[in-house]
Amino acid sequence: MDNLSNELLLEMYREMLLARRIDERMWLLNRSGSIPFVVSCQGQEVMQVAAATALDKEQDYVLPYYRDLGVVLHFGMTAKDLMLSAYAKAEDPNSGGRQMPSHFSQKKNRIVTGSSPVTTQVPHAVGIALAAQMEQKNIVSFVTLGEGSSNQGDFHEGLNYAGVHKLPVIVMVENNKYAISVPLNKQVACDSIADRAIGYGIHGVKVDGNDTMAVYNAVKEARERAINGEGATLIEAVSYRLTPHSSDDDDMTYRTKDEVDQAKSIDGLHVFKEELKTKGILTDEIDKELEEQIKQVINEATTYAENAPYPEIDTIGRFVYAEEVK
Amino acid sequence: MAVLSYIQAVTLALKEEMERDEKVFVLGEDVGKRGGVFRATDGLYDQFGEKRVIDTPLAESAIAGVGIGAAMYGMRPVAEMQFADFIMPAINQIISEAARIRYRSNNDWNCPITIRAPYGAGVHGGLYHSQSIEAIFANQPGLKIVMPSSPYDVKGLLKSAIRDEDPVLFLEHKKAYRLLKEEVPDTDYTIPIGKAEVKREGTDVTVVTYGLCVHFAKQAAEKLAQDGISVEIVDLRTVYPIDEETIIQSVSKTGKALLVTEDNKEGSIIGEVAAIISENCLFDLDAPVKRLAAPNIPASPFAPNLEKEFLINTDKVERALRELAEF
Repeated sequence: MDNLSNELLLEMYREMLLARRIDERMWLLNRSGSIPFVVSCQGQEVMQVAAATALDKEQDYVLPYYRDLGVVLHFGMTAKDLMLSAYAKAEDPNSGGRQMPSHFSQKKNRIVTGSSPVTTQVPHAVGIALAAQMEQKNIVSFVTLGEGSSNQGDFHEGLNYAGVHKLPVIVMVENNKYAISVPLNKQVACDSIADRAIGYGIHGVKVDGNDTMAVYNAVKEARERAINGEGATLIEAVSYRLTPHSSDDDDMTYRTKDEVDQAKSIDGLHVFKEELKTKGILTDEIDKELEEQIKQVINEATTYAENAPYPEIDTIGRFVYAEEVK
Repeated sequence: MAVLSYIQAVTLALKEEMERDEKVFVLGEDVGKRGGVFRATDGLYDQFGEKRVIDTPLAESAIAGVGIGAAMYGMRPVAEMQFADFIMPAINQIISEAARIRYRSNNDWNCPITIRAPYGAGVHGGLYHSQSIEAIFANQPGLKIVMPSSPYDVKGLLKSAIRDEDPVLFLEHKKAYRLLKEEVPDTDYTIPIGKAEVKREGTDVTVVTYGLCVHFAKQAAEKLAQDGISVEIVDLRTVYPIDEETIIQSVSKTGKALLVTEDNKEGSIIGEVAAIISENCLFDLDAPVKRLAAPNIPASPFAPNLEKEFLINTDKVERALRELAEF
């Protein structure tokens, strides 16, 4: 932590907090019947913001999965953009109201469009890294997924390709211990997802996803290796999913409240907050100010999105293919 | 102008496009040093090097998916599936990803990838080196499927596919690779995707078909001409999305339609052609629409007599045309 400026540390905390508060607001909006669906980042904001901060947000490409609110906020998506998506409004930069929320996309910020079938983005990240290498650009692609998704063929095929061709890809598995209802021990038999790197001949590392600096350093090192031509890295960051899978799930059918409460007691966001307070970087006053600023931003974003128009009906057939320039 | 085989036209189009635009590159199994198991990329590795003619690991979903990523970045990848039968592991990448990228991002991203694959029976390929796979992909808006019928068309259509701003599945009939030869200009020409072509004009019966079956239709039409039966041949060229206008025009004129495909009959491309005709040409028809297709079995068997039974040939087309002409 000592090698990062206080400003950067505070900014990381602000982004984590913003992600958490946006997510919480979306649950409220969902439960009050205003928006149809939420799928959460809660419990994973620390690893997301820490990882994204270790990247070059002016040049690198990110291929987030649906929980990566923290990643896309760091790369330039705004609370307003996210609310427009939650409300499926025409101005939503992710998809213009075409996709469910959390299918992040914004070309100007190099946030690459994704789908719902999981892990298809891993080969895309490899392809972007390949293209960047062909064009002799010093950039990386950063792709994330859940631990359950690390069983998909595209994970294996993508990492193997990246390994063989020594491509500048960083793959971060956000291990939140559950793939909807199925726990880690019914998803994989290996001790660590990071161990899978051995099979692809790439570097693998497992970190505590609640530890801001551990994640930041792991991604920073992975990026340096990638830029130096040393190839891809697989990072497993371990935390816990603090909410049900989505607004349509009931997690009390497969895990206990005690287990969730235990995870909340080591919530990385609070751990980081306390660390910053202990070091005198964050004060109660600054924290209160941040909370107020964030609340205002979210209020404005929500009001804007709520009042924004839906896509026009006659746009339904547009952009299936390139449209001829008239 | 030189006489080229169908596969030489593939190679020439790739070579010219790679010379024209350094963003064009090839990836697939055995496409590099070996020049492809059919030799479609012959000489490209020596000319352009291993960075632009990439021998990939044996994994079809990665070949498609890595290509898709590079295409979103702004490259012009040409991915090869060694046999169309082996495209199945890549279906999720092609349908869920490539075909939907523009629509799902509301025109923010696009995916200009070309995926080439040899399809079709007639080379003793058995169940898994013979399939026609176009119908699997032919109800996926966002995707284009091109199936050329001649060396000239191969060159012009493959260039268009590579330059297209959207994903194109480019299906080459492997039996046509060395069977079909014709003069192919060494100039830079393209053929528009999405347009059918009338390959032969006639007045009595229309044949609507594509790929290698166009060749059989041409031969059959020659024979029938000797008996005074005039056959018009519509080559779809692009089987998805289909050029409805050319079909409607031709069938409205002749009043009779024979639809031919090497694919299994039920659920094939020509079923859609039949629907277009029934929606638009009912009062111009002088006979029921007739379909000639492979039997509804999974694919062509290996035994030579069974393979022959499975396949379309000139005689089968000729018989069907005579029946229709005499109706």
